[in-house]
Amino acid sequence: MALSRRKRAQYIRYVQYGVLIVVVLLVAFLADWGQIRRAFLNPEIAASMFPNVITVALKNTIVYTALGFGFGLALGLVLALMKLSSVAPYRWIATVYIEFFRGVPALLVFIGIYYGVPIAFQMQFPPLTTVMLALGGVGAAYMAETIRAGLQAVPKGQVEAARSLGMSSGRAMITIVIPQAFRIILPPLTNELILLTKDSSLIYILGLFREQYELTKFGRETLSRSPSLTPILIAGLCYLIITLPLGYLSRYLEKRTGGKKVSVV
Amino acid sequence: MSEICVEISGLKKSFGPLEVLKNIDLSVNRGDVVCIIGPSGSGKSTLLRCVNLLEEPNGGKITVNGTELTDPDVDIDRARTKIGMVFQGFNLFSHLNVLNNLMVAQRKVLKRSEREAREVALRNLDRVGLRDKVAAMPAQLSGGQQQRAAIARALSMDPEVMLFDEPTSALDPELVGDVLGVMRQLADEGMTMLVVTHEMQFAREVADKVIFMDGGYIVEEGPAAEVIGNPQEERTKSFLARVLDPTHHGPSDPD
Repeated sequence: MALSRRKRAQYIRYVQYGVLIVVVLLVAFLADWGQIRRAFLNPEIAASMFPNVITVALKNTIVYTALGFGFGLALGLVLALMKLSSVAPYRWIATVYIEFFRGVPALLVFIGIYYGVPIAFQMQFPPLTTVMLALGGVGAAYMAETIRAGLQAVPKGQVEAARSLGMSSGRAMITIVIPQAFRIILPPLTNELILLTKDSSLIYILGLFREQYELTKFGRETLSRSPSLTPILIAGLCYLIITLPLGYLSRYLEKRTGGKKVSVV
Repeated sequence: MSEICVEISGLKKSFGPLEVLKNIDLSVNRGDVVCIIGPSGSGKSTLLRCVNLLEEPNGGKITVNGTELTDPDVDIDRARTKIGMVFQGFNLFSHLNVLNNLMVAQRKVLKRSEREAREVALRNLDRVGLRDKVAAMPAQLSGGQQQRAAIARALSMDPEVMLFDEPTSALDPELVGDVLGVMRQLADEGMTMLVVTHEMQFAREVADKVIFMDGGYIVEEGPAAEVIGNPQEERTKSFLARVLDPTHHGPSDPD
């Protein structure tokens, strides 16, 4: 006898729960928990990382990310304005920049700036500057497209009202359009900040002093002196301390702005 | 007494192949209220938007307050500070509260002091009856309140002429009266006004001159009582018949 649709849906749900229970039990019984704990959760090693993992590594990750984000935002705004410029060469330059830095791995950009700039220009940036240029340079390419979409999402009537009050187009851009655009793109910008936080780990390729270590470098360095992956887990959890609240903030902002859709092409 | 405030001659405007304004001549005396009526697509909004050069004319000459706006070397931003504009969609700056909406251009364009700008803003909010909304954001106001705030914003620049582009068309019917009341008061105070509107009652009672436009031309112009009360042109008659008594006519004949 054929099952009714409701009965069949119920039956499929039972099967799904059944599979889940079987998998959980298999993992629980087959995994060597002692070994896993030794590999990932060695309390002594974890304890030995504190307080430096917070006071040095986490702090540096935040500082590097903030520097990169600040520079990236400024450069991204300039690129976005260039992309909307009526002067064609500006649009071309912005397009080339954006396509290049979005298209190549961030790691290559870091290497290029760290090793390439000293050779090409006979000068060496201090590490913080390198970090800011590399992180911000890559971030700007992504943010430029977001900002451009935000600038275009500001209703035309706002500019017309500003112009009718005697504002020049530049003044209207600064006083009216840009502030409104940033309100619109706050949620996607928060996402860019999360991506940038994770990209700050690429700094590990730069030659840094111990007090300049950020989370990934710090975790790897501790790892090289310990028989356990605990440092990596701790470093990972520290990233979550930053990224989870940001993710929550982004979703909150999105809800508050009424989920206004901004198309980022 | 009949000093000319707005003078338009031979004005032409096209959007691509579409000729929206075909040779418009118009002059507005200082202190006069001119209402522009006509069917949609007749070019009346475009005409109004040419008066502060929000639309760039393709030909002709526009002079406002003695400044020729169509002169390529004119300082248009400076000229616009003397030409207030009120839009159908209000266009209050959505990120600023009411007070800052009224102050921002005074501060940034006219370079008025914080104190002076605030005083002027509050005085104009009083004029439109929104003194208690100084701190409100535009989104918290009704359409009628937004439009009155927008009028106060334009007035805060001390304009010599005010342009109204269908100021009540986006409003719920019960809010139209508030906005028209403010405009009527402004007219009584002697403001020079150009008003694109569908409010025939307002035009009849307040306008010194009514202009009927159709197909990019001024078809008929004259005192309100004559153009609306006793139109001479066939097109004016049929338009008014449809607007004033929409339920008693069949679909209009294509002409």
